[in-house]
Amino acid sequence: MAIGVIYAVLFWAATLVLVLGVANKVLIYWKTPAPLKIPTTPAPITRSGVVVRMMSEVFLFKSLYRSDKLLWALGFAFHYSMLFIVIRHFRYVLDPVWSVIQFMQPIGRYAAFVFVLALLGLLARRIFIDRVRYITSPSDRAMLGLLIFIGLSGMTMSFFGGHTDIVMVKEFFTGLITFDLKPLPADAPLLIHLGLVLILMFIFPISKLLHAPGIFFSPTRNQVDNPREKRHLSPWAAELEKQGKMYLDELD
Amino acid sequence: MADYEIPKITGEEGILEIPHIQPDAMKSHGPWISKHEFQEYMHFPTDFKMPESVEHYGDADTLVENWKERALAKMADLKGRYRSLQVYLDICVKCGACTDKCHYFLGTTDPKNMPVARQDLLRKVYRRYFTFAGKFFAKLGMPGFVGGAELTEDVVKDWYNYYHQCSQCRRCSVFCPYGIDTAEISMAAREILDHIGMGQKYCTEIMGKVHKIGNNLGLPGGALADTLEGLEEDIYDDTGVEVKLPMDKKGADILLVTPSADFFAEPHVDGLMGYAKVFHELGLDWTLSSYASEGANFGMFIGSYENMRKISLRVRKAAIDLGVKRIVFGECGHAWRVAYSFLNTLAGPFDFLDQNYPIPQHVLEITEPALAAGKLNIDKSLNDDMTLTFHDSCNIARGSRMGDKPGGQFEIPRNVIKAVCNNFVDMPADTIHDATYCCGGGGGILTDDLMEVRVKGAQPRMEALKYVTDHHGVTHMAAICAICKSQFTKVIPYYGFTMDQIVSVHQLVSNALILTGQLTEEEMEAKEAAEEAERLAAKEAREKAAAEKAAAEKESKD
Repeated sequence: MAIGVIYAVLFWAATLVLVLGVANKVLIYWKTPAPLKIPTTPAPITRSGVVVRMMSEVFLFKSLYRSDKLLWALGFAFHYSMLFIVIRHFRYVLDPVWSVIQFMQPIGRYAAFVFVLALLGLLARRIFIDRVRYITSPSDRAMLGLLIFIGLSGMTMSFFGGHTDIVMVKEFFTGLITFDLKPLPADAPLLIHLGLVLILMFIFPISKLLHAPGIFFSPTRNQVDNPREKRHLSPWAAELEKQGKMYLDELD
Repeated sequence: MADYEIPKITGEEGILEIPHIQPDAMKSHGPWISKHEFQEYMHFPTDFKMPESVEHYGDADTLVENWKERALAKMADLKGRYRSLQVYLDICVKCGACTDKCHYFLGTTDPKNMPVARQDLLRKVYRRYFTFAGKFFAKLGMPGFVGGAELTEDVVKDWYNYYHQCSQCRRCSVFCPYGIDTAEISMAAREILDHIGMGQKYCTEIMGKVHKIGNNLGLPGGALADTLEGLEEDIYDDTGVEVKLPMDKKGADILLVTPSADFFAEPHVDGLMGYAKVFHELGLDWTLSSYASEGANFGMFIGSYENMRKISLRVRKAAIDLGVKRIVFGECGHAWRVAYSFLNTLAGPFDFLDQNYPIPQHVLEITEPALAAGKLNIDKSLNDDMTLTFHDSCNIARGSRMGDKPGGQFEIPRNVIKAVCNNFVDMPADTIHDATYCCGGGGGILTDDLMEVRVKGAQPRMEALKYVTDHHGVTHMAAICAICKSQFTKVIPYYGFTMDQIVSVHQLVSNALILTGQLTEEEMEAKEAAEEAERLAAKEAREKAAAEKAAAEKESKD
């Protein structure tokens, strides 16, 4: 039970950090003005066009595709396998399990292989391509390692003879949602798996994982190309005009 | 010719192979540092105490007092005012997609010229001083674990050196999965440097001239008027038609704002004569302004919104003072980005102009439809001595638009070239349109103290040009940017080309345009012969009269 309590507290804390941390960053991005129109052109000239552009980046990684086909393939495989795996994992918190999640169950299970292989490919790039090695920090490799071990520990349970009590795990997580503390099986692969996921949740708002919410705020991708038709003015620039000043340090 | 190796081009593929990195290949003290008085003129702080032996800040390994606090304070200020900076410092995943996209990296092999590494020079300081992860790991004595680094003098020197090896061309932003734009980072870095006394001499002094005299060259109004008169004579001598290049003409319909290089540099000036001939032929009433006799706006290069706005407001004032209805910009890359993307923001609203025309408008947006509608009498064969290719200028390609459709900035100049030339070939697809390579001289790099950077940065474009030269017989490359034209004419000799292979787009128009009432070469000769005969006859008459008068005087004396 002690392990259950520790993990329960950690999961609540990690959820809080993840949600508040990301919300805080998103709020900062939201509130920071974009004083100039800087879409990378050719850019859409309508708002709906921008939505299409953004979606093609978020779902298809369009710019990355133009940039580097191998990296695109690895990144695409990694992100989509992760998506399928995450969807599959909803069966551990939902009761009853939606049919779509039941349908995704086998896909999500085997996606784990793609997930780990793609991550190994991404890690290999960081080791073997001199340009990528140069820009890689220890934390970049550590993050790939973290994800690889999350995958491997999960696969240990689902493929390689792990005998984790899934029903008990599910009771633990549904309990977390209703603040009803339940025990967690003291299973090494499970505890490692969950421990690594906890680390991932904690570091999300303080790391490059912010690319996920951040892309929506990227001015080169989210701005409409209409500067001649519509005047764009940031609050601090408007203040310069209002006060008839040339320099910001002259503002009242 | 130079104390560094000139890159070799082969012309085999038109695309460079990705080189292996060579750390510190371009380590240097960077370009010359601006003088105190120019910094003051730009409203940058100059309240530093400096050791007596030191002439400029940054010289002799001397940074100004409190440079660290000042730099960090400026960084905090900028990330609060620019969403691009704040977001881009946070979200890079170091995927490396951009690492082979920068012409300066390809030409120099210095890894700090890879876009992500260039950003990291600033990002590592942001990580260390402004993020939880950076501060936490710094306490453990290992900020490098999360890509952080202490702000040291060496870091500042790297900033100064490597942020002046970026032409802010935005090619990296096209290929980044999040659209991270290194230009935004390098602009912010230059703004920070300007606040610790390390402005770049070239940009700062040029802006000083714009503020004081009206253009980058420091060409006063009188000299400008003489130049324009000379150009009118050139056109007259060439065509027998009186085409005017008016200046400060009140009540004209159109204010033309063009880079000052158009007034005298080759091949820029041929472009200017081209605009004049097109306007003449279309019956447009236009004028230049001696007050705003400069399209360029180097405020963008140094990331200074305030200075960029101050320079832009000259255009607004000129338009109001002259009472024009339209503003048209000439062939200039970054000027068009500032005009198209920023002018409405910086100097708008332009409710006093004619709303039926784009505000502002590019000169090609006038010429192209006129050509398409057959309003200009064109003899394409007059350009048959050339096979053309077209260099998309980075600021136009990736930072602006022409016409009413996305991508018009690629189509419109090509349509114009094809309408006036029979022979046109594009360079390889990965080197044109929004994947175009910078000329190597944009973004405040067009200065002699950065010659090595300029020559090496031009290599990817030179390779593509060599390819179409060898495989398609291209003889000339047209450009629509004053900086591109100046940069190319200077650096292409290093690669075995000649400077007259660079032409202005409106120069091509000018070559092929037959003005109403224009005389053919024979007619021109006949006219000149007639005029010569007239002069001779007049001279004879004068001499005869003088002789008669002398004789008469002699007679009367006798």
